[in-house]
Amino acid sequence: MNTVAQPRRRGGGALRALVILVVVLVVIVVLAWLAAQLFPGGGGDASATAPAPTDEQIKQGEYLAHVADCAACHTAPGGKPFAGGLPIGSPIGTIYSSNITPDPVTGIGKYTYGQFERAVRRGINAAGHTLYPAMPYPSYAKVSDQDIQALYAYFMHGVAPVTQPNRADDIGWPLSMRWPLTYWRWLFAPKVTPIETTSTGDVALARGQYLVEGLGHCGACHTPRAATLQETALGTGDGTAYLSGGEGDNWIAPSLRGEPATGLGSMDEEELATLLKSGRSARSAIFGGMSDVVLHSTRYMSDQDLAAIAHFLKSLPPARQEAPLVYDMATRKALYEGKADSAGALLYINNCAACHRTDGHGYNAVFPALAGNPAVNGDNADSVIRLVLHGGTMPAGRDAPTQFTMPAFRGRLSDQQVAEVITFVRSSWGNRGGAVNAQQVARLRSLPPGGQPLMSGFDPRAGEPPR
Amino acid sequence: MIRMKPVDVVIVGFGWTGAIMGAELTEAGLNVLALERGNYRDTSPDFIYPRNADELAFGIRGDLFQPLARETITVRHGLNDTAVPYRQYGSFLFGNNVGGAGVHWNGQHYRPSPEDLELESHIAQRYGRKFMPEDMQIQDYGVTYDELEPFLEHFEYVCGTSGKAGNLNGSLQEGGNPFEGPRKREYPNPPVRSNYGAGLFADAARALGYKPFPQPSANASQVYTNPYGVRLGPCNLCGYCERFSCYMYSKASPQTTILPVLLRRPNFSLRTQSHVTRVNLDSTRKRATGVTYIDAQGQEVEQPADLVIVAAFQMHNVRLMLLSGIGAPYDPVTGKGVIGKNYAYQMMSSISVFYDRDVAINPFIGAGSGGNVIIDEFNSDHFDHGPHGFVGGGYILGGQTGGRPIQQLLLPPGTPAWGEKWKRAAKESYLHTTGVQTHGSVMAYRDRYLDLDPTYKDAFGLPLLRMTFDWHDNEYKMTKFLTDRAQEIANQMKPRQTSATVRQPGSHYDVRQYQTTHTTGGVIQGASPETSALNRYQQSWDVPNVFVTGASAFPQNIGYNPTGLIGGLTYWSAKAIRETYLKHPGPLVQA
Repeated sequence: MNTVAQPRRRGGGALRALVILVVVLVVIVVLAWLAAQLFPGGGGDASATAPAPTDEQIKQGEYLAHVADCAACHTAPGGKPFAGGLPIGSPIGTIYSSNITPDPVTGIGKYTYGQFERAVRRGINAAGHTLYPAMPYPSYAKVSDQDIQALYAYFMHGVAPVTQPNRADDIGWPLSMRWPLTYWRWLFAPKVTPIETTSTGDVALARGQYLVEGLGHCGACHTPRAATLQETALGTGDGTAYLSGGEGDNWIAPSLRGEPATGLGSMDEEELATLLKSGRSARSAIFGGMSDVVLHSTRYMSDQDLAAIAHFLKSLPPARQEAPLVYDMATRKALYEGKADSAGALLYINNCAACHRTDGHGYNAVFPALAGNPAVNGDNADSVIRLVLHGGTMPAGRDAPTQFTMPAFRGRLSDQQVAEVITFVRSSWGNRGGAVNAQQVARLRSLPPGGQPLMSGFDPRAGEPPR
Repeated sequence: MIRMKPVDVVIVGFGWTGAIMGAELTEAGLNVLALERGNYRDTSPDFIYPRNADELAFGIRGDLFQPLARETITVRHGLNDTAVPYRQYGSFLFGNNVGGAGVHWNGQHYRPSPEDLELESHIAQRYGRKFMPEDMQIQDYGVTYDELEPFLEHFEYVCGTSGKAGNLNGSLQEGGNPFEGPRKREYPNPPVRSNYGAGLFADAARALGYKPFPQPSANASQVYTNPYGVRLGPCNLCGYCERFSCYMYSKASPQTTILPVLLRRPNFSLRTQSHVTRVNLDSTRKRATGVTYIDAQGQEVEQPADLVIVAAFQMHNVRLMLLSGIGAPYDPVTGKGVIGKNYAYQMMSSISVFYDRDVAINPFIGAGSGGNVIIDEFNSDHFDHGPHGFVGGGYILGGQTGGRPIQQLLLPPGTPAWGEKWKRAAKESYLHTTGVQTHGSVMAYRDRYLDLDPTYKDAFGLPLLRMTFDWHDNEYKMTKFLTDRAQEIANQMKPRQTSATVRQPGSHYDVRQYQTTHTTGGVIQGASPETSALNRYQQSWDVPNVFVTGASAFPQNIGYNPTGLIGGLTYWSAKAIRETYLKHPGPLVQA
C-alpha cells in the first residue's frame, strides 16, 4: 500500500517502486500462466474413445441435443445447423459460437470421445483452452456418461458436416487472453459428478431435477449470477438462490420457484408443461429470451420429460415470502363502465384492451392474461417495458403453429406513456408490480429491437434487413 | 429464359384456393410450388393495430389491392361498344399479395342452396324452359349439394365459421336458416352477437312473419383451433373487415387458417413477385408442361410441372386461359366456345335507416359479417317465382358492417356534400343510423362475357382482359321485388326516415359503384365440353393436367357471397386429384 501512497513525496523513488511493481506483477502473471499451462486440471481423459454408435444412440443423442438446446447458440439464424457463428454478447465483448458439426477441419470432426466429454462437461476444448462460460459446462457437469456418449454419437454421425471456420471473438486484449479463464473454471466450475437427487423414490422428480440442473441448464438464466459471473447456485443443494430469478441481456428471467406472485406459485404442473411444449398456455405466453428455448429445445421434449420438469420445478419452495395475488374487480368494473380516471387507464383502453381485455384476462391461449401474470408483477419491469416498446412474437410450439404477435408500440407511445400504461397494468386487477418511470423506458427504447422480431418463423422475409 | 427445376405441382396465385390446394397436395406427398405475383404479407408485421385500420390507406387508396396502373381490365356494356380501362377501384376489388382477396374480404360465409347448383334443370323442371328469357344461359354445376356438403363443411371448420344451423340432417333448427340445405354438423362456432341495428331488423322481420337468423361469418366468435391445428383469435367487432386485414387473427384468411402449417412443410415452397404469363403446353396441346412467369427482376422464367393449378382471381384465371390458348374462346354471336363464357356479377340495393337520438345504433360496433341478421325467404328458389317472372333472388341483411368515417357515414337524403350542414347532419346521424341491404344473384346471358381486349395492354405488353356486361331485365325485376320486401321490413323497424338506393330499369352497370365485388364465370364447370371449360372436378376438358379453381367456375352467380362455395369446390376438386387423378393422371370425366 505504501509504495502507492508515497511516490508523491519522493519523486526518484516513485519510478523505482513502479518498476518493482511492474516486475512483481509480471512475475505473478507469468507464474499464473505457467501454472495454468502445467496444471490445467479439469479431469477427464482426452484420449478416451467411444465404441461405434448404434442408430438408437444417435437418435437419443439428437433428442438430448434438443434438451440441451445446443442449436440455440451453435446454429446462427439463417445458418446451417450447428455450424456456429452466432454472436453472443458478454460483459467483456462479443463471443461467436463455434462450429460443432463433424467437419474435420473447421468443426469437431477430429474430436475423440474424451475431448468431446471434456468440452461439454468440463469446459476444456481439444487444444486444452478453457471455454468461455457462455458454454454452460457448469450445468453440463451433471450430465450422465450415457447421455454424453449419445450426444457424441449424434454429433459425429447424425449431424451433417459443414465447412465454416470459426469467427474470432471481438474481445480486446488483455481480456482476450484465454488462460485466466482457467482460474475461473478452477474456482467456479463444479466437479463432474452424478447429480445428487433426494432419494424420495419419486422417479419423475429425479428425472426433472436431472434435466433442469443438467442438460436443460435452466439456471444459466434463471439463477442470479455473482459479480464474477458464476451462477450463485447450481442446484437444489445450493440453497434457495437456485432458479430464484436472474437478469441478463436486458431481459428478466423470472423465478422458477414457488413464489405465488412473481414465481411459478400460481401455475400448476400441467400449465407449466403446456407452456414449454406449446409456447403458450391458457393464460400465459412465452416471450423474450425464452422464445428461442421453446423453439429449439422444449417443444421437442417428450410429454414425460416436460411433466418431469414441471413436477421438479413445482417442488421448489419460494425463495422469498409473498402473499398470493388476489383478483380485484375494481379495475374491471371501472373500465367496463367507461371510467378511465388515469392516463394509464385510457392508454390501456386505446392500445391494449382489444386483445388483453378490460378485465385483464386476455383470450385463452391467444392473447395472454395480464391479471395475475408473474411477468408483470416482478420488481424489475424491464422485460415488460421491452415487450411494449419493441413487441414480441410467440414461438411456434409443438402443437401450436400460430405465432401470435404483440406489435411494437415504440412508434406510437412516448416514454412517459409507456411508463403510465405499464404502471397501470402492474397495479390493476390485483397486480402488485408497482410504478415504472419514463427514465427506465428511455434506457430500453434505445436498445436495438434485434432484427425483425415481429415475423412468424416461416415468413420468407425473415432474413431480410428490418424495414 | 431461365429454366427452374421441375416440381410436381405449380399453383398460380396464392390466395384462398391456392392455399387450400397447397395444403391438400402437400399432404398427398407432392412437391408443390406456389407462384404469387405480389409480396409476402402476414398478420405481423403487415396487419398490426392500429395501422390496419387506416381507412385512407386501405379503404380509399386500396393498399391491399392490385395496382391497376400495371394491370387492369377494360369494360364495355355491349358488343358494339368500345371498352375502356377500369382505372379506379369501385365495383370489384382485385386482391394482391399472399392471401389475395382472402385477406380483405368481409368473411360472409354462406353455402349455396341445393337448387343453385342445378339451377337450369331446377328452373326448367319447376317453371318450364320458357320461364327463362331466351338469351339467359344458365347451367348446372355438374356437382350436387349432397356431394359437396362434406367439403362445404370442411371449409367452414377450417375458417372457424360462426353461425347457427337451420337444417341439421333434415331437421329444422330454431334460430337458423330454415331454407338452407341439410348440414351434417352445427357450425364450428356459435354466432357472433348481433349488433343493435341487426337486432331491430330481426324484431321487425319476425313481426312480418319471416325467420331471421345470424349471418354466417368467418369472423370467429371465440378462440378456436381449426383442423390444421391453427388457432384463431376472437372477433371484437372493430368494424374494419372488407378492404382491411384483421389484426385479431379472427377473420379467416389463408394467413390465419392454413399458412402457419403449410409454409412449414418441407415439400412446399412459395415464390413471390412471380407473375405467371402463360401455362405452357406441349406440341399436342393436350398436356401442360408447366408455366412461364416474370420474376422481380423482369426476367422470364420457365417452371416445369406435372400438374398446373390455376388459382388466381376469377378474372385473372380467365385471362391466363385465353393467353395460354387452353380451351376455345367464347363467341357471343354463335354462343360457341367456353373460355370467357357466362361472366356474371351481383346486384345489391341498400336502405339507410335513420333514427332519432334516442336510438343508439353505435355503428362502430360491427364486423364484415358477424353481428348482422339475415332473412333468406327470397333467395334462390325459396319462394314461388311463378307470379314474379324472374329467375334468382337474394338475401336481405339488417345491421351494419362498421362505422368507418369516410365510407360508412350514412346521411339523410338532401344533405349537402360539404360544409356546415353536412357537418351537422353527420354529427346527428352517425350514432343513430343503421341499414338494410339486399344481396341478389345475377344470371348468365349469351352477350355477357370476357375476352382479350384488342387495344389495351398490361405492363408486360400482354392484352388486358375485356368485360362486356350490363344489366338485364330479369335482374331489375329481381332487385325491385327484393327491395320492396326490404323496405317493408325497414318501415316495420319504425325509423324516423329511410332512404333507398336501387338500380332502376334502364340504368347501366356503373363500375364506379361498389356493390358486392363478386365477379364470377369465364372458366365455368359443367357436364359437357360443349358448354363448359371444366368438368365437375374443375379439371380442364382440353388439358387434363390443368385445374382451375375459384369463382371463375360458377356458371352463373348465386344470391349468396361466393367464398363458402369456392372453398367447398376447391376441397372437392383436391380430393378428386388426390384420390383419383394421381393414381391415373388423365381426364376424371370422359367427354
